[in-house]
Amino acid sequence: MADPRGHPNGDWTSYRDPTAQSPHFGSSSIVDMENMDDTSGSSFEDIAEAPGGTTALGDVNGDERRAGKTGQDDAVEEDEEFLGIKGLKGQLGKQVAGQVWEAGRQQAARAFSLYANIDLLRPYFDVETVQVRKRLLESFVPQRNMKVPQKLPRELYGPLMLVFTMVAILLQGMKTSGTIVSQGTLMGTAIGTCFGYWLGVSSLMYFLSYICNSKITMVQMLSMLGYGMFGPCLVLFITYNIHLHSLFYVLWLLGGGLPTLRMVCALSSRTTGQRQRLVLCCTLASLHLLFLLYLHFAYHRVIEELLVTLEEQPAIIPRQQRELVPPAVATSPASLRIATMSLIRSSPIIL
Amino acid sequence: MAANEFSAEFTDVSVHENVPVEGNIRISVPLAGEDEDMSTLDEPVKETFMRDLKAVGKKFVHVLYPKNNDELLRDWDLWGPLILCVFLAMMLQGKNADSASHGIPQFAEVFVTVWFGAIVVTFNSHLLGGTISFFQSLCVLGYCVMPLSVALLLCHVTLLGKGSLPLAMFIVRFICVALAFAWATFASTTFLGSSQPPNRKALAVYPIFLFYFVISWMIITNVT
Repeated sequence: MADPRGHPNGDWTSYRDPTAQSPHFGSSSIVDMENMDDTSGSSFEDIAEAPGGTTALGDVNGDERRAGKTGQDDAVEEDEEFLGIKGLKGQLGKQVAGQVWEAGRQQAARAFSLYANIDLLRPYFDVETVQVRKRLLESFVPQRNMKVPQKLPRELYGPLMLVFTMVAILLQGMKTSGTIVSQGTLMGTAIGTCFGYWLGVSSLMYFLSYICNSKITMVQMLSMLGYGMFGPCLVLFITYNIHLHSLFYVLWLLGGGLPTLRMVCALSSRTTGQRQRLVLCCTLASLHLLFLLYLHFAYHRVIEELLVTLEEQPAIIPRQQRELVPPAVATSPASLRIATMSLIRSSPIIL
Repeated sequence: MAANEFSAEFTDVSVHENVPVEGNIRISVPLAGEDEDMSTLDEPVKETFMRDLKAVGKKFVHVLYPKNNDELLRDWDLWGPLILCVFLAMMLQGKNADSASHGIPQFAEVFVTVWFGAIVVTFNSHLLGGTISFFQSLCVLGYCVMPLSVALLLCHVTLLGKGSLPLAMFIVRFICVALAFAWATFASTTFLGSSQPPNRKALAVYPIFLFYFVISWMIITNVT
């Protein structure tokens, strides 16, 4: 049963495993029809023209010849021979590759338009200047009516801008106090602190609200906590520039306490059950007030210590700044304090 | 019999037959003049470079004298912002090996702050209903960093007089940077203001204000 086209190996009924090592270095007896290159003519003819000709099946000499060659070259040549003459560079290969690319591209475009579409956030930025101003001022006014669920905005512009404002104030405060961050950067620390608080505490409160069966969504929680940061922003801005402990404590109660009270009332109005209200309100109040305390003292303590040191021993000033301070200024403690303060503001290194 | 069946199947696969190709292949050949205008691949590199440099220079002049014109938005490019950002980052970079531990920004910090800040401001104005595109906004914000770069240069000049009147020099630096900050904010609002809805202009301006404030803060506190 010879092949009408005169296949050199002749016998079509015998099957050989195409993956097995072929004893013929220049020909293959199995033709893979899937990879036939239509444009190049018959693969049978190409096989016949292959260098070295063809030998019968199971040729022992062929095995010996093959064993002499380097394994890698053999493998590459064998692969190309197996897949068809042009292999992946052939017409069919190109078509398949093109289809795979097109399918992948369409899937990626669909996924991108679904998840990375920034217009998903557009409804949360649909706000007027007047509304933002009103919400900022109202964040200091607690509403005591807890029988009816209080209206909470679903807006992210105000909270986001307040968080960035707090980042800016923290940076200014850190520089004034000469905070030294040993690992990481000041910018990274400020951004991490503010965004970490906003997102972390919102998530925690949302989780607790879910457990306590409170009627509030995540966006409302983010919005409420974001606007609740307006008070702390003002307090920190004032107290980073005017260093008076008593002033800070008064501002802490007013600027921290009033927004906390407002948030607590809003949350209570949306929760039923005394115990649940207690859990939510205590958690939120403690976190919010302690955060303000932490922000003040973490970046304030250093300058306090420096002032105390200067008052006790006016002659001792850091070596790096000694050359910069004129001798006339270095004599009196008060003028020394002013000079050192201004130098601290311009220099990141204290000691 | 089996071989015949085989051969019949294989003859169905047309390998030898010449399949006539039908269809219309029309390649639109552009007119000679059109081709010259559109294609800048063949021109000398020097010409391309000078053209781009002139465009960047013209935009710098627009920022120095901000008037409400469309050129910055129409022919936007990011070369200017890149040059300014790299200049800022290089000048603000700490020189000591252990400078990272003292909070002096490294190159990457300044670079990321400027670009990330510009992207956030751009997204914000886009979400508020702005009508300009992402890259146009980036272009304007980047070019408006120029006054701050000039202020940074002036701050370094004041450092040349070492030891003499440090307080006065600090005040001069502070005033320079404050003026540059105001100039940058004013310039960017001039260019971007018309693209925002009228009742949301303040909402779009505030993040720009914060962005240039942070850059000014970096300049003031790190030029010593």
